[in-house]
Amino acid sequence: MSILTYIAGWPLLAALALIVVPRNYRVIIRAIAVLATLISAVLAVKMFAQFVPGATGFQFEQQIPWVESLGISYHVGVDGLNVGLILMGAIVAFAAALCSWEIQTREKEFYILLLVMTGGILGAFASLDLFFFYFLHELALVPTFIMIGVWGRGEKKNYATFQITLYLSIGALIALIGLIALYLQSGANTFDIPKIIEHAKTNPLAVNAQNFIFPLLLFGFGILVSLWPFHSWAPLGYGVAPSPTAMLHAGVLKKFGLYGLIRIALPLLPQAAQSWAHFLALLCVGNILYVGWVAMRQKDLNLLIGNSSVAHMGFIFLGIASLNLIGVTGAVLIMVAHGFLAALTFALTGYIYKQTGTLEISALGGLCRKLPFIGTALLMAAMAGCGLPGFANFVGEATVFFGAWKMFPAITIIALWGALVIGGIYMTRAIRNVLHGPLPEKWNSLSDANLWRKLPYALLIVSLLVFGFLPKLLTEKINPDAQKIVAMATGNVIAASETSAPAVNFVAQNK
Amino acid sequence: MNSSLIMLEISVIGLGLVLMLADLFVPAERRRFIGYAAIAALGVLLVTSLSGNGSCGQFGTAFGGMFVNDALSLFFKQLFIVAAILVLFMAAEFSDKLAEGSVAEYYSLILFALAGMLFAASSNDFTMLFVSIELITITFYVLVSFQRSKLQSLEAGVKYLILGALSSSFMVFGIALIWGTTGELNFTKLADFLVKNPDVASSQIFLLGVLLVLVGLGFKIAAFPFQIWAPDVYQGAPTPTTAFLAIGSKAAGFVLLLRVLFTAVPSVTAHWANLLIVISAITILYGNLCAIPQRNLKRLLGYSSIAHAGYLLLGVAALSASGQSALLYYLAGYVFTVMAALFVITLVMRQLPNEDISGLAGLNQRSPLLAATLTIAMVSLAGIPPLAGFFGKFLLLKAVIETAHITHNHGYYCLAFTVLAGVVISLYYYFGVIRAIYWSKHPEDMSPITLSSPAKFAIWACLTGIFWIGLFPNTLLNITDLAAAALGK
Repeated sequence: MSILTYIAGWPLLAALALIVVPRNYRVIIRAIAVLATLISAVLAVKMFAQFVPGATGFQFEQQIPWVESLGISYHVGVDGLNVGLILMGAIVAFAAALCSWEIQTREKEFYILLLVMTGGILGAFASLDLFFFYFLHELALVPTFIMIGVWGRGEKKNYATFQITLYLSIGALIALIGLIALYLQSGANTFDIPKIIEHAKTNPLAVNAQNFIFPLLLFGFGILVSLWPFHSWAPLGYGVAPSPTAMLHAGVLKKFGLYGLIRIALPLLPQAAQSWAHFLALLCVGNILYVGWVAMRQKDLNLLIGNSSVAHMGFIFLGIASLNLIGVTGAVLIMVAHGFLAALTFALTGYIYKQTGTLEISALGGLCRKLPFIGTALLMAAMAGCGLPGFANFVGEATVFFGAWKMFPAITIIALWGALVIGGIYMTRAIRNVLHGPLPEKWNSLSDANLWRKLPYALLIVSLLVFGFLPKLLTEKINPDAQKIVAMATGNVIAASETSAPAVNFVAQNK
Repeated sequence: MNSSLIMLEISVIGLGLVLMLADLFVPAERRRFIGYAAIAALGVLLVTSLSGNGSCGQFGTAFGGMFVNDALSLFFKQLFIVAAILVLFMAAEFSDKLAEGSVAEYYSLILFALAGMLFAASSNDFTMLFVSIELITITFYVLVSFQRSKLQSLEAGVKYLILGALSSSFMVFGIALIWGTTGELNFTKLADFLVKNPDVASSQIFLLGVLLVLVGLGFKIAAFPFQIWAPDVYQGAPTPTTAFLAIGSKAAGFVLLLRVLFTAVPSVTAHWANLLIVISAITILYGNLCAIPQRNLKRLLGYSSIAHAGYLLLGVAALSASGQSALLYYLAGYVFTVMAALFVITLVMRQLPNEDISGLAGLNQRSPLLAATLTIAMVSLAGIPPLAGFFGKFLLLKAVIETAHITHNHGYYCLAFTVLAGVVISLYYYFGVIRAIYWSKHPEDMSPITLSSPAKFAIWACLTGIFWIGLFPNTLLNITDLAAAALGK
């Protein structure tokens, strides 16, 4: 059994175990959930440490046939592209389980759903089989809807649940049609991703088929990742979601679409990817600039953070659209960094909401005096969000800009402006209004997080800092495999990206 | 003459007659056990057929080619027996609501309908097709209006009678036209005849005949535009009848549809891809859209069953072996899912005047098992992994896209996107049911629901089926592939 099976399996097993635990045993239910996610986080760290950068093929592989006649098998394995994502997912899941103390009603169901979501998404990232890739993502997606619908907050709960369910189901199904079409067009008669890629090396897909499938994957996955203009579900959905759900979804689940584009669409549909790259880059501007502007006008802290999280997706799409080694490496870096960051911010706003019962920015103020730890953490998250060096996000964003500059200089300038100026404005303004200034009298009774409650925030901040100061931990792993993807996506234009490989190391070592 | 092939059908009819006789000797308070005896007997038949010893396991033709036993009929016969067993379990739970003193009649009518379905699975001739359809439909007239004291049940019976008779007359007219133009009633011979006489195959009268037969079958499977009866009848009929109608009658319609389209008139079917695509797409949209405002649970399932007829038609419209195999796979999952849903409705709502969704309130505290079962059934109907409905829909979509890829008919892509729209719409009302179970205001009556051990057994069987078909598709997929291959021969 591969360690990956255990990483995804423990949460699912724990979910099954919780079914038989009576609902009154709250402590035990919570302990089981925290323990299961802790085990998978520890295993993920172990796997990350044992991973050999640049080794050929996949590591920690395991394959069990499932439906022979269709060529579906349970096949897991990691390479540089998903090793960081699985580590991030497992840590965020542990933090989310720790933050679930805010759930006071129907805890048993909540923890079951949380664990199913965790197991599903970690499994989807580890999966090397198209069918399981989709299957496990869908398994993780459905609990999100239920959690938002039941444990969501605010008056717009029903509307937001309805919207997010509709949007994400449509996105997932469009992607499913694309994946099935890809399976049929590839002619490899297997759902095994490495085998399809191997087959495509000698029998590339016909260009008109590529041009049919790529948009299905781009928009199907794009809706899941809140690509502009299909992003409107995200801010509202995260605004009403209970914070553990928002942490897991914004942090981990949302990266699935991006990962799918890099893992599947780029190597298998190279010509289509090249012809769609410019269009995708234009949509990124929508994410970065338009949604950035929308974020500036938000009056609710969670809506602001939700919008900023959508804006960050633009950088990742830009990295993918640049179709070169630096860009794709940067995209994967931001995926990992943004996972920690989104989880951290939603966890912090969840704490503030639990204490104050509101996230209306005008109603808050001076919170840093009563909540020094939470306030400081929020400040650090905001700084990471606008790309301050030292946090992992900076490394990723800078790398993406280096990569995108060659392809889309104009868009890169706009994106830089969006990242530094717009991001800076809304983040610092929010910080000023929420943490500083006079403290309204009614917030005098607030209390800061105790040691145990501090743990998830500390864990996420430490992760951000570790990868911010030592991005080499990630880049050395991502690089060789991003190289392979880019080589397939660009055909013969490898030489250009090979020469630029040192630039990534340059960025890496400068930290 | 190879009449040993129909031993299974004879046994089922014999069993029905024995039950009617047993009614005379068993005291009224013990009549529930007649049902358990029937279940046990059917269980024996199922086990023999699974072990390959039963008559349905011997392949061959009988009665001058009218009756055929092959992998396809074997698959459907096992499916029908499983469905009948589950319906009998349900009927035993429902027996006190049925008209006084006539429970045994109800059981034996179920068995007669089952016999009709078994014959339908094996029919290879238009006469056989008509007779088996009539055997099913006429018994259902009685089964639907069985709650004689309930106005709704009678109304449903009359509606079913009028529309059923109308569709039968269409069908018999169609059969007459086919016979008149070709002089053949046997499916295999008809196919040969059409190959030799292509001018007949394209004659308008012959095509009208085929179309009218399809109208009759469309009524059975509740496909658009012959779906009008379904919601009313599903709502009014006693719940076990609804279950048998939703599964047995629909599956019988599908096996006949497959035989007619792919054995009798394959050359015509090949030209009707677009017709099938349009019917399938409209059926999906109609069923799902109309289900949205429904408050009566059985009526909602009626519309959902129309939508599912549309999904199943995908497998027909794909015109390929993988499409037919996907259809069979989906049907197998559908049996357990619908049975599970209707079983819960039977148990929860038998004391209530109607089956309004609000009756589910507080179910998760009154009976966690039933609440979980209904939730799982709804989730499976909506097609969410890891349950039966997901893998079935996946196979159907795959088959349709495969055909689109081969034939370059863009209608198939449109059909795939219609399924997508249908699935998203259906999430709304299926989740509405789940919400009513867990998160609606609690009613005053919060008494726990006690389950008899046979009911528990049946529910666990349905749950096992749903998960098994969703998680371990390998075995079933091999069986359905074989069955679909039998059709192409």
